[in-house]
Amino acid sequence: MTSILTNLFDGVAYGMLLFVLACGLAVTLGLMNFVNLAHGAFAMTGGYICAVLVNKMGWPFFAGLPLAFISAAVIGAVLERLLYRHLYTRSHLDQVLFSVGLVFMSVAAVDYIMGSQRIFINLPSALEGQFDLFGVGIGRYRLMIIVICGLLTGLLQLILARTRFGSRLRAAVDDPRAASGLGINVPQVFAFTFAFGCGLAGLGGALSAEVLGLDPYFPLKFMIYFLIVVTVGGSSSITGPFLASLLLGIADVAGKYYVPKMGPFVIYTVMIVILIWRPNGLFGRAATR
Amino acid sequence: MSTPPDVGFYARQHARWHVAEIVFWVAALACAFVFPSRYLIMTDIVRLGLFAMSLDLILGYAGIVSLGHAAFFGVGAYCAGLLALHGIITEPVIALIVAGLAAMVLGFVTSFLVIRGADLTRLMVTLGIALLLEALAERFSDITGGTDGLQGIEMQPILKLFAFDMFGKTGFFYSLIVTFLLFLLARRIVHSPFGLSLRAIRNNPLRASAIGIPVNRRLVAIYTVAAFYAGIAGALFTQTTALASLDVFAFERSADLMLVLVIGGTGYLYGGLIGAVVFRMLQEVFSTITPQYWQFWIGAVLVVIVLVGRGRLHRWVLFLPNLVITRLAGRRAAVAIPESEAS
Repeated sequence: MTSILTNLFDGVAYGMLLFVLACGLAVTLGLMNFVNLAHGAFAMTGGYICAVLVNKMGWPFFAGLPLAFISAAVIGAVLERLLYRHLYTRSHLDQVLFSVGLVFMSVAAVDYIMGSQRIFINLPSALEGQFDLFGVGIGRYRLMIIVICGLLTGLLQLILARTRFGSRLRAAVDDPRAASGLGINVPQVFAFTFAFGCGLAGLGGALSAEVLGLDPYFPLKFMIYFLIVVTVGGSSSITGPFLASLLLGIADVAGKYYVPKMGPFVIYTVMIVILIWRPNGLFGRAATR
Repeated sequence: MSTPPDVGFYARQHARWHVAEIVFWVAALACAFVFPSRYLIMTDIVRLGLFAMSLDLILGYAGIVSLGHAAFFGVGAYCAGLLALHGIITEPVIALIVAGLAAMVLGFVTSFLVIRGADLTRLMVTLGIALLLEALAERFSDITGGTDGLQGIEMQPILKLFAFDMFGKTGFFYSLIVTFLLFLLARRIVHSPFGLSLRAIRNNPLRASAIGIPVNRRLVAIYTVAAFYAGIAGALFTQTTALASLDVFAFERSADLMLVLVIGGTGYLYGGLIGAVVFRMLQEVFSTITPQYWQFWIGAVLVVIVLVGRGRLHRWVLFLPNLVITRLAGRRAAVAIPESEAS
């Protein structure tokens, strides 16, 4: 019984982490219809920057996290302005090729700079170990992940639903032409959103070093997970990807614990079945474009 | 009185063998005698070219973007490896065909999943299938040998006549002949009414179905054929290298394949073959510069190709040969830009 609850807890933490990693992709892929397979590269960038700051320069872990966000966001903004924006109107094939090229470059570059072994970020001692709550083992680090990611999710929901920027973004996504006719600076909104998504990925990358492992092949290994979150979750709201990540996280942790031999088999099968059953995602709306 | 020639006239004219094509195949054969010490790399190029041709059939002609074409390559590779390893079918040519058919069955079954949904769903499903197979191969490591791969494959002589030698001479001619035969078949397919209907589907599925083309059935058919081709390429890989390991399913293989095809250009069958030559040369150059980090430069090439634009790039490359041909022959360019990229 307690092992079920512990696994559930770990799964939720894992799912929350996946959500923070992938929700930027939910916007670019789901809303802006841009196939960005290089999303994991931004997460990896954030993770490595945090690792260098904390391990090599002795920054405290909680100061490294915002820096991971900011640096990934800045890199994302620069790349968006320089490269990505030229490709919004291109075919999906071009977008796939371009982003796969970026992934290859990032993998080799990180391998060159940081070496190919897995890295860890030195955690403050307060985050290590676990404590018991009604007999359920709760890892401190995972609890922190849940808290941070939960706060972020609420914040995102608020921004999207309540702020002026949120309504601009929704308008720009629904119908870019009409939105720009109403005086919304659509490219700017997209650029800002893209950068923000990359920042979140960077933060997620920094948080995930402990849980998922961080090495140069991170973008390739987790690409499929991010894509699953977005395609299964659909793109109509932020709730869809959120639920999809929770499901994926719990299923993956449970799968690894109870049927370790099946490995990732379960997840891929479930993904294919869902995609066949509902091509627009579990929580998606019917495609209008 | 001259009536304008109908579509069939143009299609037939397009389907005729051009001088450039004959030159291409003669040159390919000549390579065998010009570089007798490079059989292994040339075999690799031919195999990759065949694999890319398979992707061209679905991507260039039917417009299906696939991120998991390595699935069929892998099935073909393992099938050929297992057949040879357990001595079920020792004759390479028959084993090759059986391996191709195995991949074809998988292609037929999965095609129903792939034709549903738009580009994005297709990407995900093809990628998912390849990953699934990789996970399966890892799971059943007692059959597939796991990460070590199949070991101790010994190939019997082809048709009981030509034994594989250690310099790869037999392997090269074997691959070249198989590729050429399959190329002839592919050429016939894409210039048939069936191939023309595929192009109609690629350009606009809705209109294609409006003029009475059974879109889904055609897509299933070409996807199945392409799977057969990829399976053959995979089987050739196993037979000429006596090797099959988990990385036949790897995502990098599918991604590299796309690069190969994009370098060569889609939608005219030669793209895969030309792309394979250029890709391997690039790889060779990059790995002499940076043995460990050549992937970076491959990635850079991809990014540049996309940013410059595929159509524009091919126009630049073809500018010189076309100029020469127009000057010498005094007629319009013989090497045309593939229509799909003329934008």
